[in-house]
Amino acid sequence: MYELLITHPFISALTALVALAVVFGGILGFAAVKFKVEGDPIVDQVDTLLPQTQCGQCGYPGCRPYAQAIANGDAINKCPPGGQSTINAIADLLDVEAPTLDEEHGEESDVKKVAYIREDECIGCTKCIQACPMDAILGAAKQMHTVIADECTGCDLCVEPCPVDCIDMIPVEKTLADWHWDNPANRTAVQHHDIIATDKQPSNDQDQDGAAA
Amino acid sequence: MTKIWSIPGGIHPPENKAQSLQLPLGEVSLPEEMIFPLNQHIGAPAEAVVREGDQVLGGQLIAKAKGPVSANIHASTSGVVVAVEERTLPHPSGLSGPCVVIRPDGEDRMVEFSPCEDYTALSHEELLEKIRAAGITGMGGAGFPSAVKLNPRGNQKIDTLIINGTECEPYITADDILMQTRPADLVSGTQLLAHLLGNPARVVIGIEDNKPTAIAAVRKAAEGTNVEVASFPTKYPSGGEKQLIQILTGKEVPAGQIPATIGIVLQNVGTTVAAWEAVRYGKPLIERITTVVGEALETQRNVVVRLGTPIRHVLAEHGFIGKKASRLIVGGPMMGYALEQDDVPVVKTTNCLLAPSKKELPPPAPAQACIRCGMCAEACPASLLPQQMYWYARSEDYERLEAHNIKDCIECGACSYVCPSSIPLVQYYRAAKGTMRQMAIEKEKSDRSRKRFEYRQERIAKAEAEKEAKRLARQKAAEEAKKKLAGQKAEGKEAAASAPQADIVAAAVARAQATQKSPEEEKARLERSVLSAKGRVEKLHEKIATAEGEMKEKLAAQLKQAELKLSEAESKLAAFDGSSTATPAAPAADDPVAAAIARAQAKMTMAPDEKLRANLDSLRERLAKAEEKLAAAQAEGSDKVDALQAGADKLKEKIAASEKELAELGPVDPVVQAPAEQDAAAAAIERAKAKAAARSSMSDEDKLRDQLQSLEGRLQKAGDKLAQAKAEGADTVDALQTGFDKLQGKQQELREQLRAINPAAPELQDPAAAEEAPAEAPAAAPDAAALAIERAKAKAAAQASMSDEEKLRDQIDSAEKRLQKARERLAKAEVEDDPNIDAFRGAVEKSEAKLEKLQGELT
Repeated sequence: MYELLITHPFISALTALVALAVVFGGILGFAAVKFKVEGDPIVDQVDTLLPQTQCGQCGYPGCRPYAQAIANGDAINKCPPGGQSTINAIADLLDVEAPTLDEEHGEESDVKKVAYIREDECIGCTKCIQACPMDAILGAAKQMHTVIADECTGCDLCVEPCPVDCIDMIPVEKTLADWHWDNPANRTAVQHHDIIATDKQPSNDQDQDGAAA
Repeated sequence: MTKIWSIPGGIHPPENKAQSLQLPLGEVSLPEEMIFPLNQHIGAPAEAVVREGDQVLGGQLIAKAKGPVSANIHASTSGVVVAVEERTLPHPSGLSGPCVVIRPDGEDRMVEFSPCEDYTALSHEELLEKIRAAGITGMGGAGFPSAVKLNPRGNQKIDTLIINGTECEPYITADDILMQTRPADLVSGTQLLAHLLGNPARVVIGIEDNKPTAIAAVRKAAEGTNVEVASFPTKYPSGGEKQLIQILTGKEVPAGQIPATIGIVLQNVGTTVAAWEAVRYGKPLIERITTVVGEALETQRNVVVRLGTPIRHVLAEHGFIGKKASRLIVGGPMMGYALEQDDVPVVKTTNCLLAPSKKELPPPAPAQACIRCGMCAEACPASLLPQQMYWYARSEDYERLEAHNIKDCIECGACSYVCPSSIPLVQYYRAAKGTMRQMAIEKEKSDRSRKRFEYRQERIAKAEAEKEAKRLARQKAAEEAKKKLAGQKAEGKEAAASAPQADIVAAAVARAQATQKSPEEEKARLERSVLSAKGRVEKLHEKIATAEGEMKEKLAAQLKQAELKLSEAESKLAAFDGSSTATPAAPAADDPVAAAIARAQAKMTMAPDEKLRANLDSLRERLAKAEEKLAAAQAEGSDKVDALQAGADKLKEKIAASEKELAELGPVDPVVQAPAEQDAAAAAIERAKAKAAARSSMSDEDKLRDQLQSLEGRLQKAGDKLAQAKAEGADTVDALQTGFDKLQGKQQELREQLRAINPAAPELQDPAAAEEAPAEAPAAAPDAAALAIERAKAKAAAQASMSDEEKLRDQIDSAEKRLQKARERLAKAEVEDDPNIDAFRGAVEKSEAKLEKLQGELT
């Protein structure tokens, strides 16, 4: 055997390659079984990008079903709460051209909204509780209901079932906690608050002064 | 000499610190109204503890810290709370927030402070509590509650305390003047903080070398203490927390961490003095030193100003010229922010009010394109890549920004300052950081939303599953109950049939019993009725014997009726006996037969077969009815006769077709299924059916009897009509007479036939009586008809399931029986010398011939 391999380098090379192929094939096969990915990772990735309002404006019962639909080839521009930024993010993920929002499913709103129950008028019918995909409405039959504003995603789904129309969608006010500077690229000339760069000219003046002194 | 490290980058903007140091530290008069925002620090807003109309003294708590990271707020003078309401805040956003508004009474009465001579006698907790109660926050910039900063976590051993007297930003001299005027308090405060932090090995006050007076003063005050005073070259932004740490210790604070993680705590000089005042004199944070500077002011100096004093009031006291000012800035020119309104108050973090003239701080030049000169990267004290971050911030590529550590940006503005294109770089970073923070919050919320949604879905699915399980359980229970009930019924029936079997068997037995009434029962019933009729007749006889007059007549009538009933019952019994004697084996065999059928049927499921048979049965029934109707119609001479005849014919055709189908199905089906078992079963069925059929083979006789009865009815009617016609002398008399004659002939013929079959038939016993009381016939007719139908059905059913051979055998059997009977009758007739002996002999011969023929066919 050894003699054969020594005398026939072709056979020895072939044997070595076949042996390697078998070993690595075995390792790959084992890995494929052992580290099999359950479910479609794309669905999870798309789902994390969606805004999770569960509003159903896309035509699917929740964000995950829409993520599933996107993974199956549905259009990515059906999410008004997510808006263009979500579309861009999904387009980026899927490596496709980012379309504009499909207005058929609703318009993108800059203002975040939250449901508010006019508690004096609430009759305690629990219909909004059943409609809320977030379990963000608290109440019981014939008891006044109220919205847990922190959990409300502003999906609008509770407004329609209310028999006495006592639910309003009110815009969330900006507070100090969620205020942040505007992007200067979006700012108009009137709003200029920039201070720093403008200090340069006096600096030059002073340099001149210093030189003069 | 202290070793000084250097920091990367940095800039040297014009200091502009001399203007405000010309005059000594001043004071600001009491304003007409003071505003105390509840949120002037990092963390949760404080909670107002006063209400509108409350009288307050200077130093009195008006808003209490809420939560661990928060700070108390105190009134800075005596007065009346006029409102707790939303007011515009001293904040770049220009938003409003809750504020306590106090109108000073001008008396400036203070609460009594509780001084403390020796703080070393107090415990760590008591000291911290004093600082916390005084509402001390960082006074250099952000306003972080000092008590929290001075109480590092147990695992963080503090080995260096740095007091920040750098004040690197242009224009601001508030800390400088504080160090110049109160160096002793600063050193005492530093020692206090060192004590609080467990006396760290190194305690250092860092001062930039552009403040020689302050350095000299503090050095002098610190002589003989362990407090080190370090001076280092002026460079912006040396005063940044992380930068100063690096300058004084050479250590870098890791990204995203606080200095305490590397054993360092850093406090501003102003904060240190305030903490000292709080502990030593019990004085809360109610005033601070603020630099009021800018060419738009007549007086530029540092002032001690009560917190809550409106900026407008401070500016007014310094001769603010609105026309001259380009804008109003809180903080320095590098990191400060412009105010839109001047009615906001001075708060704990307000270290400078800058009112520059248009010449001094002109509006920014328009931003131009980035020329990628790289000066920003050289200037960055945090060693970031501002140019790259600018591009990513513009394209809102937050992932890349994150990768470029935008979070380590201290927003010092050095990059913007050096930018030759005047790009407001730091504004981009601030906006991007804000957006990223917002996105993180939203991400967290959306994750929570997803979880909540998934929990909800899960909960709903669970509820549905439970409901479904309950429904299934109920259904199962109902089915079991049904089965049990059916089982009980079947047991009841099978007990009678002495064969406890499953449902199907019970059902089959029931069906068998429905189609074939037990002859024994029938006989018993008939006998009973005869007996009761007899008893009634006897009773009536007795009564008549005793009764008189009208009563007697009535009784006589009743007697007559009873006698009629008796005779009827007897005739029925006789008829039944006749039929049962014709099938001697039948009565005894009935139950086992039924059982056999049932068992056999249970063994094999002959669904199509069964169906056909049922079909056939109903067809036969319909045929029987149709024939009845037809007969009635014929009797009445109705116009419907033709139609009825057609209907009957059709029915017959259908029956024939069904029978044919059944015959085809019969032999095929059992073979297809389990052959061995089913053949046996089929054989059993056939045998049973044969027996049943034998029992009902008397149909010929019955038919005859039927016909006879209907004939009699017709005869009666015809007789009536004839009599009527004769009485009226109608023209139809002749026709009617011939019809009547014909009917009579037919009747005679039928009687002959009947006699040939059964000489004992009751109709033949007393034909005269039958003719005399024709009313009886129709009354008896339905029963007889029903019986006939019943028997015919049974026979048809039996025949339908029989093979040809079986049928033949059946016929042979019945023929043999008939022959037997005929021979008996013949013998009897010969003995009695009957005139009909010829007819009898003929019948016997006929039967023999038929039998022979059948046997020939069979073989």
